[in-house]
Parts: sequence; structure tokens; C-alpha cells
Amino acid sequence: MSLVEVTDLTVEFGSLRAVDGLSFRLAEGAALALVGESGSGKSTVAGALLGLHRGTGARVGGSVHVAGTDVQQASDGELRRLRGAKAAMVFQDPLSSLDPYYAIGDQIAEVYRVHTRASRRAARARAVEVLERVGIPDARRRSRSRPHEFSGGMRQRALIAMALACEPDLLIADEPTTALDVTVQAQILDLLHTLREETGMGLLLVTHDVGVAAESVDEVLVMRHGKAVEHGPVGTVLGAPAQAYTRELLGAVPRVDAPRAAVAEASDEVVLEATGLRREFGRGRTAFTAVDDISLTVRRGETLGIVGESGSGKTTLGRMLVGLLPPTAGGIRYDGRPHTGVNPAVQMVFQDPVSSLNPRRSVGESIADPLRARGEHDERIRGRVLELLERVGLEAAHYDRYPHEFSGGQRQRVGIARALAADPRVIVCDEPVSALDVTTQAQVVALLGELQRELGLALVFIAHDLAVVRQVSDRIAVMRRGQVVESGPVDEVYDTPREPYTKQLLAAVPALDPELAAQRRAARRELAVA
Amino acid sequence: MSGFGGFLLRRAVGTAVTLLAISVLVYVVFYATPGNVAQITCGPRCSPEQVHQVAQQLKLGDPLYLRYWHFLEGIFVGQDYSTGTSVAHCPAPCLGLSYQSDQQVMDIILTKLPVSLSLVLGAMVLWLVIGVGTGVLSAWRRGRFSERVLTAVTLAGWATPVFVLGLVLMIVVCGELQLLPFPQYVNFADDPEQWAWNLLLPWLSLALIEAAAFARLTRAAMLETLAEDHIRTFRAYGVGERAIVGRHALRGALAPVIALNANNVGSAVGGAVLTETLFGLPGIGQELVHAVKVVDLPVVVGMVLVVGFFVVIANAVADVLYAVADRRVVLA
Amino acid sequence: MSEALVASQPPGTDTPVPGASGARQFWRRLRAQRAALVAAAVVALLVLVALAAPLLTALEGQDPTTYHPSLIDSARGGVPIGSFGGISADHWLGVEPQTGRDLFARLAYGARVSLAVALAATVLQVFLGIVIGVASALGNRWVDQLLSRVTDIIVALPLMIMSLALLAIVPSSFPRPVLVSLVIGLIAWGNIAKIVRAQTLTLKGLDYVLAARLSGWGAWRIARRELLPGLAAPVITYAALLVPTNISAEAALSFLGVGVKPPTPSWGQMLTAADVWYQAAPQYLLLPAGALFVTVLALTVLGDGVRTALDPRAASRLRVGTGRRNETGGAGTGKEETS
Repeated sequence: MSLVEVTDLTVEFGSLRAVDGLSFRLAEGAALALVGESGSGKSTVAGALLGLHRGTGARVGGSVHVAGTDVQQASDGELRRLRGAKAAMVFQDPLSSLDPYYAIGDQIAEVYRVHTRASRRAARARAVEVLERVGIPDARRRSRSRPHEFSGGMRQRALIAMALACEPDLLIADEPTTALDVTVQAQILDLLHTLREETGMGLLLVTHDVGVAAESVDEVLVMRHGKAVEHGPVGTVLGAPAQAYTRELLGAVPRVDAPRAAVAEASDEVVLEATGLRREFGRGRTAFTAVDDISLTVRRGETLGIVGESGSGKTTLGRMLVGLLPPTAGGIRYDGRPHTGVNPAVQMVFQDPVSSLNPRRSVGESIADPLRARGEHDERIRGRVLELLERVGLEAAHYDRYPHEFSGGQRQRVGIARALAADPRVIVCDEPVSALDVTTQAQVVALLGELQRELGLALVFIAHDLAVVRQVSDRIAVMRRGQVVESGPVDEVYDTPREPYTKQLLAAVPALDPELAAQRRAARRELAVA
Repeated sequence: MSGFGGFLLRRAVGTAVTLLAISVLVYVVFYATPGNVAQITCGPRCSPEQVHQVAQQLKLGDPLYLRYWHFLEGIFVGQDYSTGTSVAHCPAPCLGLSYQSDQQVMDIILTKLPVSLSLVLGAMVLWLVIGVGTGVLSAWRRGRFSERVLTAVTLAGWATPVFVLGLVLMIVVCGELQLLPFPQYVNFADDPEQWAWNLLLPWLSLALIEAAAFARLTRAAMLETLAEDHIRTFRAYGVGERAIVGRHALRGALAPVIALNANNVGSAVGGAVLTETLFGLPGIGQELVHAVKVVDLPVVVGMVLVVGFFVVIANAVADVLYAVADRRVVLA
Repeated sequence: MSEALVASQPPGTDTPVPGASGARQFWRRLRAQRAALVAAAVVALLVLVALAAPLLTALEGQDPTTYHPSLIDSARGGVPIGSFGGISADHWLGVEPQTGRDLFARLAYGARVSLAVALAATVLQVFLGIVIGVASALGNRWVDQLLSRVTDIIVALPLMIMSLALLAIVPSSFPRPVLVSLVIGLIAWGNIAKIVRAQTLTLKGLDYVLAARLSGWGAWRIARRELLPGLAAPVITYAALLVPTNISAEAALSFLGVGVKPPTPSWGQMLTAADVWYQAAPQYLLLPAGALFVTVLALTVLGDGVRTALDPRAASRLRVGTGRRNETGGAGTGKEETS
């Protein structure tokens, strides 16, 4: 009998059908990935396996069998015995998924005691054991720490330890690495792989990232609008997709190993030059240096990519480049002239499409801001805004709409139009696509490229995603702890990295090809040993 | 823990600064107002000579900061008062002399303080137990009929002014049903049982109102915690509803409850003034109302300072408890 | 829980969110709450009575200050003559013991005083809170330190004690209702300043405010166009709950005999002597007490409704994960500084 058997599953929230007639099976010890963009219903399926929709008002149809339990028919008690004991779930955000007030070891022990009736002491010992198992150093002492005292990767390890506590047959991982840096992501995926080899438990992985799926599973099920689009062995689905949507999805995924497609013609005209930029925050013992002595130049018509993991100081650098944050030391020159404060010639596109537009003003008004500040006449403003809306692929009718009426991708286009309204020479893009689905991401990246060629813009493209940065940049700078560790022409840095940190970063990027992924994993082990 | 020690030190210094600032504020408001301060201080029935003497005592000829320094000196060192014929010494925490009753303000306060402390501390126990209990119950029974009843009762309690509840309780319990005699304060040391019986109604009228605020807060904080991601984790691991509500959700409500309790000390003191007046308890509140009516300025100022002192200290203690309850505060 | 699971997908849903914006949405959400509607009706009625007090008493043929010695039995200590405390066609709700003043007129004029004092105090509190909170959030480190400390001190001062003391030293020639609203307004603005400061700090760091700075606008324009509208929701929410609190405070001060003084009528003041007369003239106790209770309750329920309508996120958060539908009772941070 299969570990998981889902037949004709439908889940409806009110009038929204999140899952629509989905069926699949998962054999004992096998690994399946549910892959899809946001709104595809993949997380809803994961919840349905543990009966988490019960009592929420959602209507669930079809049948779900997990590890011998009929989830639909089971009593509340039977369901509780399934949850955590036979099938355990790992969530996306490890910080919010743990109780902030209790020690991590106590939380694991609590779950263990629910299922085993073990003594307090035995449960505590078990907690330390599983924490050790997932690679937490000094587990006995660390088990007394609370979640906020752990790093992101450690927390996710702790959550996996909780899942392991009762030795479940099935592990359900819902976007387990989405909130993590790429090097940490690689470690967690490797950990999941090792644990599966050792325990033989089944894995159901929910992810939006095709690369993560390729790294971890045997089978892939591509979902869209609550339905299965394509289902098969990972090599087949990713290597020779049969469905148009799968091909589209794979085509939109940026490749870290593909050279930059269109290289801009070199220009010598330096539009932005930063020398010795430094920024400190706080005072006294809490002081830290976010950006530490960075110098860079941006030329007309080129894209400078800046990559780094969280806490590397890349956002602080971006804010200083546009003049929103005064540097502690160092200076910035625009067109050769020193400048402090904001400057219409240097604009920014922000990461979060929700918070970057004032919810109380129409998007047309937001775009018109730089024009109004410049003192243009009303009729000219409207004409120019309509022109810009069209230029970024929106419609004139959108002028009077409000931000909440737009999708994330559309809002990002509005943000680009607003930046263009000031007739800038440089646009700093701070993670402009990281909040978007991969197909939308590809469209926004393409738009930025078009605009750059057309207007001769210089772009500074800040991102954590190495593949996206390679796709758009002419030159790149790799940041770590406030400093640039390596910089140079993009293909050179990616193909022949010199610094160990750059090598480590590149080795951590998930590969789309399962075989290559296995090679990479082996390479990472060597790198870790070295 | 060195971080925690530093936090304690910062809090202690902050509390001292606040207390000093309050004394400045109070001094400026009451002793630097336009009008004849000496006349107001002495009271309406004072003779010109007495007023003159008071003016000298307050050093009204000096600049403001010197006068304040003199006032502060009185609090920390004590000072001598000349009442025309004799000289009386007012020892260290000296808050001045009531010219209307010829008593030292500190003495008046010390005789009244036990009554007010009995009232407020006893009521605090009640409002915490009743309030948090009701809050937990209504979070636990959420969506059921019993929760709606609890919510309605809580809202009614929230909307009732202390003195209205006190009046009604007194009339119904003591007047109509004659279950209890009209309260009369009995010293705890004299007869603890009578002390409690006589304070029962004042306690209830003060506590029930405050309890409503705690019930609302506890319920809201618990529901908020119940909506958080980590609750979902424990549900997904088969932890039962009782443990989720009683262990995880309640723990999340602890810090806000502590914060509210500090915030409410000030409001409870206000409630105590009303309760004491209503039930005729000889506490600080009743004395303050009396002093305000007869405009006995030294007593008014002294009471404001003492009450301010207690409220600030209560806030500081609550801050420390809050930090213990939510250790992340210290790191921030 | 379903929402929680859906929400845990990566951000940036590429589907537009349906829904109207701003004021229309607010009214729609407010109308959806039955309790808030009833409360709003009660409040409207009260305001109407307060506004039309002269008209209504003229209709009755009475005024709130005339003594009617003929209507009380001075031999029995001033008990109103006649059944039910002297209710008659001329005196709809009877007369006051000892003075014989018309109760209905005093109650109606009392509503005027209560509402006017509470509203004036609230306006003052909100004004001070916004000015100090915004200045604290936008000013430099020293300005912020200073103003935050002052705010902390103001929050620590017990309203009741401070107002009692302040009322003692102001000459009695000063108009009492104005004085009471000034005192309440000047003492109890601390919490609203804290809320405004926190919200301004949040808004200041939002990307759209940064974008406005990049477009070249000055600080004043940004404060007006981008920050103040964002403050409206929390300020209105808090102010809506301040009104009933201030009504209670005024009533308490007048009850103690240091607030609004006779002959000006006030509900709190009417209750001062009521306990003595509850057997002979129960309505002398019940009417002002009931009026206070109903007013404060209605304003509180309305305030809760406004909060739910303005912050549906908090309201819906309370529903998510509980699995059952329930209306929010409001995440009260506490009744402030009065009872």
C-alpha cells in the first residue's frame, strides 16, 4: 500500500477552488515535489494531507489516505495521532513557526510526549538526540535556547528535528528553504537528503523553486490553478517537459550557468561613482558597520549587478547610492560632480510591490509625483504619465486605479514607470523581482532590459538570486559583511570565480538537472571538508 | 545576563530621572503659578502675618530654581518650620506642613496610606484573577454561546463608571438586602476578618471595572497568539487544544497583561479616590478630595508626589517583569 | 487555518486583490456590524437630545436651574412631593430632592455638558498627541529622547489625581466645563502620542515614503501627503475610545464635587447625593447612572466597531486559525487612566 494516496481532492475556500480534482500517490520512502507558482494550491494540498483544513470552514472533497489513516473520515483523536507521529510537517518560516517563549528543546519534547507518553526527562533526552542528528553543535546546551537566539538555518534544523522526533514515515516540507540564504538552503537540502537516506522516510516537498525540486526528489508534480499539469519522474518532467505550461515555467527560470544573452556596448561615460562608502549604525557596544569602504563606478548603458546574502549590506549600499541614506564616510559623484542627498537623475525600484506604492493614492498620481515636484503643468503631466504607463506595458485606463487593484507584477511595472518619470540616468533596483513568481519575474527583467537599451540607462541591480543577476548584469560585485569580496565582468566571475566565498555561493545554487544536482552535492561535501 | 544587568541599571536610572522630572513639573505647576502662592498655601483664613511667614518659609523672594532646590532639600534632608512661637523639625522625607491643620503632610499621608494600600492591593489580586480568568475562558470558548455572554458582561463592566457600580453595590447589598453592613474601615492589625469583610464591597467595585479591561486584553492577546504561525505548528504536530490554549496562547498573553497592569495602576489610584469617597474609607483619596475642596496646597502637592512615586515605581517594576516575560525586549 | 496555509506561500501573488478603497470600504465594514449600528443610533440620539436640550425643555415648560420649593416636602428633609419622585405632566421625570429643580431638564442639559466636555478634551488630546508624536518621530535623536521622556512622564501621571490637584488651584471664576476639558486634555494625551510616534516611525521607513523623497518633494509635503493620511486610521480608532473615557473622567470629577459645579448640571454631580435619596426618589439615582452607563457603553461599542472597520487585518487575524467565526471584541490596550 502507498504511503500517500490522494484521490480526486478538491478544497474550496468560499467561492475559491484552491485545489481542483487532484490525484496522486506516493510510495513508501519515495520523494515527490509539488511545484507551482503562487495560487497554484500546492500548500493547500500539503495541509490537506494532515487534515489541517478541518474546522476552518474550507470544504474538502475526495479522499486522502496517509500512512494508513483515512484523513477525511478519521476522528479528531485519530487525526492527532497521525499528525507529527506518522507524518510530520516542516514550515516555511522557521522563526514564526516556533513558539518564541519556550526553549527549543522543550518544544520538541512537548511534541514527543504527546505521541509517546514518555517521561519529561526521556522526552528532553530525545530532543537533544534529534537536535544532534540534524547537526546542531553542542545540542544539549543549545536545546535550552529560545528560537530568537538561533540563526535562520539553525531554526530550520530545529524544526526538522521536531519532525524527526517521532520517526515519522512521511515528511511534508512546505517551502522549507524559501526564507533562507542560498548557502543555508543548500545545507538544509543536503540534510533532508541525508536524513532520507538514513531513515527511509517518504518526502513530500512543496516548492515554487524548480531547482529546489530537482535537488531533492524522484518525482515532480507541476500544479497550476489547483490542477495537476504534469506528473512524472524528475528527469523527464524537467528534462523533456510534455506540457506547454511546464515548458513556459522552465523557460522562465533564470540559469546560473548560461552566459549573459545580450551584452551592452561598452561606454566610457561614468555616470555614477562612489568612493570609500562606509555606513555605521548604532553607537557604543551596539554599533556595527553595514557597509565598509566600498568604491564602485557605473557607466552609461551598463548594468552593475550586486549579489550578496542577507546581512551583506547590499540594501544599505543601494540606499546610499540614491542619496536616501547619508554615508558615514566616503562620497558619491553623479556625472563627475559630488552630490549629497536625493537627485532626480538617480531613481530606485523597490523590492516589495505592496509597500512601495501609497495605498491611498491612484497609481497615476504616484507616477506623476516627480513631474509635479518639478513643477510641470497638469495637462502635460497626464500626457506624460499615460505615455509611461503604456511604455511599461500597462494601460491608460489604469491611471485612476489604486494599488490594491493590481497584481504584484503590475505594481512593479508602476514602480518602474514612477522611476522613469524623473528622466533618470541611473536606476538602482533593490531586489526588484524577488517577490514575484518566476514567469512574472522574467517579464519584469525583460522590461528593464528593453528600457535600458532604449534610454541608455545605467542600472544597478541588487539581488540575492545569483541566476537573475547573471541574466541581467554586465559587471558584478559580490558582497559579504559590508565589503566587496570579488568583482569583475559577469561571465568571468561566474565561470572562473577566484574567491572561496564566491565559489561556495555558486556551488550552493540548485541545479535544474537532477544529475548535475547530485554532482553539485558531492562537490559541496568536498568543499565543506576542505 | 550581563545584558540583563545593564538593562536593570538603565531602568533604574530612567526611573530616577522620571521621578525627578515629576517633582520639577509638580513644583512648577503648583508653586510657580501666577497669584499669591503664599496666600494659597496658607489657606484663606490666614492673617497677613502668617502669610508673610509662609512666604519666607517657601523662600518666595528667591529665584525659581533656588526655591525648587529648597523644596527638594526638604524632601531629602528635612527642614525646620517656624510656627510663630515655636520651631518644629520636619524630618527627612519632608513634604511640608499643612497650615490649615497644623500637621506635617508626611504624617497625614502615613496615617492614610495603609487604607489605600489595602484597597488597591486587594483589588489588584481580584482584578487579575477575575480579569485574566474571564479572558482565558472566553478565548477557550470562542465562538460558543458562553463566550458571547462573557463578552457582553465584560463590555458592560468596561462601560460602568466605578462610582456608579459602587453606588449600586452599596445600595443593593448594604441597603436593600442588608447582607453586609455599610463599610467602615477596620485596621488589619486589629481584626483581619473584619478588615476583609469591610473592604469586600470597595474591593469588588474597584476590581470588577478593572477586571473588564484585563478580560478584554487577555482574550484579544490570546486570540492574536492563536492566529500565529507557531500555533499552526503545534496543531500540525497533534498537540491538543487544551495545551495549545493553556500553554502556548496564555504564555503569549502574559507580557501584555503585565504591561496593562502597570498602565492601570494610575487608573486604579483614580478609582481608589472614588471608592474611598463613596464608601467613606479614610484613605489618601478621601483626604485628597478634602484637601482639594478646602484648597490645602501642601497636602495636595504632597499627595500628588507620593502617588506619582508609587505609580512610577510600579511602572518600573512592571517593565522589569515584562522584560523577564519577553526576554527579546532586552536585546532590542 | 486555511488562510494561514495559503498565506505561507511566497509573497507576490500575481492575482489582483479585489475590493473598494478608503472611506467606502470603511462604511461597508462598519455597516456589517449590527452592534456598532445600534450603538451609533444611540449615540446619534444622545447628540440630538444634547443639541435640542433648550428646545425639549421649552416644550416641557421647564428649565434646569429654577428651584421649585413648592414641590418638595421640607418637613421630610426635602423629599419630592407626589408619587415616583414627583412625576407629573409638568415634570416628566420628576424633580430633584431638596431643590425641586426639574430632573428632565437637568438630565438633558447634563448630556450637553458631558458630551461637550468629552469632545473638547478629546480634540485637545488628539491635537497634542499628533503634534508631539510626529515631532518625536521625525525630529533628531535629542528631540525624540526629550519628547519621549516627557510622554512617559505624562503617561505615568494618574489623570484623576492630577486633575483633582489642578482643579484645586485654579480660581473659581474660571468657567468650570472649559477648565475640566482643558485639564483632561492637557494630562491624558500621552498614550495617543505614543501611538502616533510608533505609527509615524513605521510609515517613515515604508518604501512609498522613500519613493516620495526620491521624487524630490520636501519634508513638509511628504508629511502632509504621505504620512498624515496613514495616521488617520490609528488616531481615529484611539480617539473613538477616548470619548467614553473622557465622559467617565468628567463624571467622576463632578461626582467628587471638583468638576462641573452647580448650578451647571452634570450627570456625575447629580449622583453625588443620590445615595441618600434612593428610596424616596429612585430615579434621581437611576437616571444619571443609566444615562452614563448607556452613553459610555454605546460610545465604546461604536469605538470597537470603528476599530474593526479600520483595521480589518486585526479583525480577520482574530478569525484565522480559530476555525470559527467570531466578531472581534477589540484588542484593547486598556482603558486609559480613568474609571
